[in-house]
Parts: sequence; structure tokens; C-alpha cells
Amino acid sequence: MSSISVSDVSMVFKTRRGRVQAIDRVSLEIPDAHFACIVGASGCGKSTLLNIMGGLVRPTSGTVQVDGRQIHGPGTDRGMVFQSYTLFPWLRVRENVEFGPRLKSMAKEERRRISDRLLQEMGLADFARAYPKELSGGMKQRVAIARALANDPKVLLMDEPFGALDALTRAAAQRFLTGIWEQHRRTIAFVTHDIDEAIFLGDTVYTMTPRPGRLREVIPVDIPRPRTLDEFGTPRFGELKRHILELIIEHENRGVSQTAAAP
Amino acid sequence: MIGIWALVAYTRVAPALGVPNLHNPFFLPSPDTVAKSLYNMFAHEGFAHDVWASTRRIGLGFLISAAIGIPLGIAIGSFRIVQAFFEPIIAAVRYMPASAFIPLLIIWFGIYEKEKIAVIFIGVFFPLTLLIADVSAGIPKELVNIAYTLGASRWQVFWRVLLPASWPGVLDNMRIGIGWAWTYLIVAELVAASSGIGHVILSASRFLQTDKIIAAIITIGILGLLTDALFRWLYWFLFPYSERVSR
Repeated sequence: MSSISVSDVSMVFKTRRGRVQAIDRVSLEIPDAHFACIVGASGCGKSTLLNIMGGLVRPTSGTVQVDGRQIHGPGTDRGMVFQSYTLFPWLRVRENVEFGPRLKSMAKEERRRISDRLLQEMGLADFARAYPKELSGGMKQRVAIARALANDPKVLLMDEPFGALDALTRAAAQRFLTGIWEQHRRTIAFVTHDIDEAIFLGDTVYTMTPRPGRLREVIPVDIPRPRTLDEFGTPRFGELKRHILELIIEHENRGVSQTAAAP
Repeated sequence: MIGIWALVAYTRVAPALGVPNLHNPFFLPSPDTVAKSLYNMFAHEGFAHDVWASTRRIGLGFLISAAIGIPLGIAIGSFRIVQAFFEPIIAAVRYMPASAFIPLLIIWFGIYEKEKIAVIFIGVFFPLTLLIADVSAGIPKELVNIAYTLGASRWQVFWRVLLPASWPGVLDNMRIGIGWAWTYLIVAELVAASSGIGHVILSASRFLQTDKIIAAIITIGILGLLTDALFRWLYWFLFPYSERVSR
């Protein structure tokens, strides 16, 4: 049982032009084995929120708990995957996957067993000895996911992991991630600005609105699993998409009218 | 090949364009004259000894600069305390021309090897350290962050991420730095030396032997190209994973 919860988290950045409230009192709880997607326009603070959950950014106020225990920085209980390719270029694929276990001075055979299994699952067994530069973008992200899973984290935090991929690779990666998740049943927080992606992947979609970043609405995705590409055409999918779009656009329009009213 | 042609073309075309004095073989000897005197210098005048003397000074001066500058640079780029302590001094000294130190260094170390090496050290160590500090400070933050999320301690981040991520940039800057070493060495040898390429240039100038001067300068150029090739090979050999290395 692994849940992650965010309690009353606010984040204020001090910039040259004054204070910017990036996140305003956000609270949410992602239950065990739950796939939660956080959507919002760029600049709504969703990435910052994820970094706070990862312990990389200290919130101005509020706390984050994993299984009810407050976190104080990054830890192996939360694996992270970012949009940018963050593989260590000087390490081969296998060494990248084994990075976490190695830090714990795990025995070589055991490390190898873990990386063998993960590379197999990710369809990368033939690339164990390749350097990251020899991989395509989609493969790089698969290695990054394997590297995060190698630590056997309680929660997986993903920040637009497929944002840099082209549409086709991206669709494949989404189906792939669903498969992985159905196998591992990990608690996942997945940040994206792609509404289709959020509905296709998530059990729940959290919408956020910017300036200040607030949680707007929590939408349960009642589309049964396993989900296939056909879901994109179903009426339910369309309804959910329109609803989420409205939540975000409503806010955008308000922003525009405010700007227009300004002298 | 094109480069050689360009050089030849220049020696032929420049006089026609009326570049002052270049039509006079005394001021700009023809390539074959230079080649002949280069051969003579090696065959009869012990030029190899001078080349070796200079190369040895470069080697020692550069090695000492790198041996201190690389760890210090990485430490400055990685740890804020070290940065606060060293960076201001090094940044200030970097602006002082190494050649201006030569008279002082002669008083401190005499006119022999120590002084030459000290000139190279002052000319290379300070800028090299700052460049390497920049390399370490410029390691993508994402790499460091991901290491933390994978359970790395600060120390592990330093050894397993910052250091390996810095090496290619370190080698690049060493390649640049060794070029400065040649500049400062020749300046030092022009001021006071009894051997070395700079010494040969100065003696030749006293006897108006422009062909020898040019031959000596070309020798430096060739040594530079060889050094560059060595560094490029090292890069290829040490960093097969780099995007720049294709195979």
C-alpha cells in the first residue's frame, strides 16, 4: 500500500519582478496503485508541484506525505522521469538502469537480475550495452522509466515524459506505459498538458489553472481497462475531453477578457 | 591540402597586391628557402635540441597547471564554498598578462627552467581553472536532480555525476589551454633563454635570418597540430559515448 498526498502546498517564487505565486494551497491524495494525471496549461505550476512531490523543490508552505510520512527531500521511495532526456550519457543502458541499485551497493548479480528483467520488459534487451546517444527518443524514455523502476519506488512521478516525442512514438509510449503500469501497479503521478494523454492513461485527472496555480477539479475517468486506441473515438472520451477543455479554456478566456479590459 | 594551397597562393599573390615589402625575399623568403633552412637547422644546428627544450617546458608547465587547475576548477564549479574562496582571486589574476610577470619571475627564479615553467603556469593555470569551473557549473541540473531522486548522497552526486559529466569539457579546455602555453613559452624564451625555439627565433632575428625565424614559427605550428591531433584522439578514445564521436 503506497499513497502520496499533498497537504495545503503553496509555492511562491521571488523573481526580479516581484513575488509570483506558482502554487496556491493545493491538496490532493493519490491512493495506492492509482494512476493520477495532472493537466493544465503551461505555467500552471504542475511541474513545480511534481518537483515538490519529488522533494527537489521545497514548498513555501505545506507538506507532502508518502504513506502518511512526511518527506524532507528526494528519496528512493519516489522515482522520477522528466521530459528532457536525463540518461547519464557516459553510462551504457544497463549501467543507467543499475544506477540506483549501485548507489545502495547492491550485489552485482542482484543488480543484473533487476536490470535484465526491466530491460526485457521494456523491449531493450538488445540494447543493454548501447550508449544513450545510440537510442531514439522513445527508447531513451523507456530506459529512464526502467531506471526509475529499478529502485522499486513506491510512487512514480512523471513530468511530461513523452512531451518531446513525435505523435506516433508518443502513442506507442502511452500504450507501453499502460502495460507497464498494469503489471507493476505502481502509484503514479503523471503531469501533462495533453488532455487525450491524461484521459487515456489516468484513473483520475486533476485539472490545474494558472496564476496562481490552483487545483480546479478532480475528474474520475470511468473508462474501463484495459483501454485500447478505440477509446479515443468513444462518446465518453469526447465528453470527458470537452469537460476538461472547458475547465481550462474558461480560465484562459477570463484571462483574455481581463487583459482586454485593462487600459 | 586546401590549407597548404592557400598558404602558397598567399606567398605568390600578396606581393602582386602590393602588400608592403612582401615582394622582397629578404622579408618574406620563399617556401623552398624556408624548407631548406628548416632542414639545415635540424641537420646541422641542433634545432632538435631546442625543440625538445621547448616541448619539455611546455609539458612540465602545462602538467603542473592542469594538475592543480583541473581539481581546483571542478571544485570551484561544484561547491559554492570553494567558489567563494578562490574565484575572485583567480579571476583577478587572470586579467594580469603573464608576460608582465616575466621580469618579476626572473628575479624570483633566475633565467633558467623554473622561470619558464612559472611563466607558463601563470599564463595557463588561472584561465584554465576558470574555464573548468564553468564546465562543472554548467552540468545540466536535471542530471544532478535525477541522481538525487535515485538515492544519491551529495558525495555520490559529485563522484558519479559531476565528475564524469565534466571530463569531456575538461579535455576540451586542456586542448585550448595548451595553445596558450606555447604563446607564453615563446614570450619567455624571447626575453631570456639559452635554448628553445624562442631563443632560436631571437638569435636568428639578430642576424636578420628571416628564413630561420619563419622555419621556427612553422615548427611551432606543426607541434601545435600534432598536439591537437593527440587531444582529438584522446577525446575519441576516452569518450566514445559523446554525441560528437561517431562510429
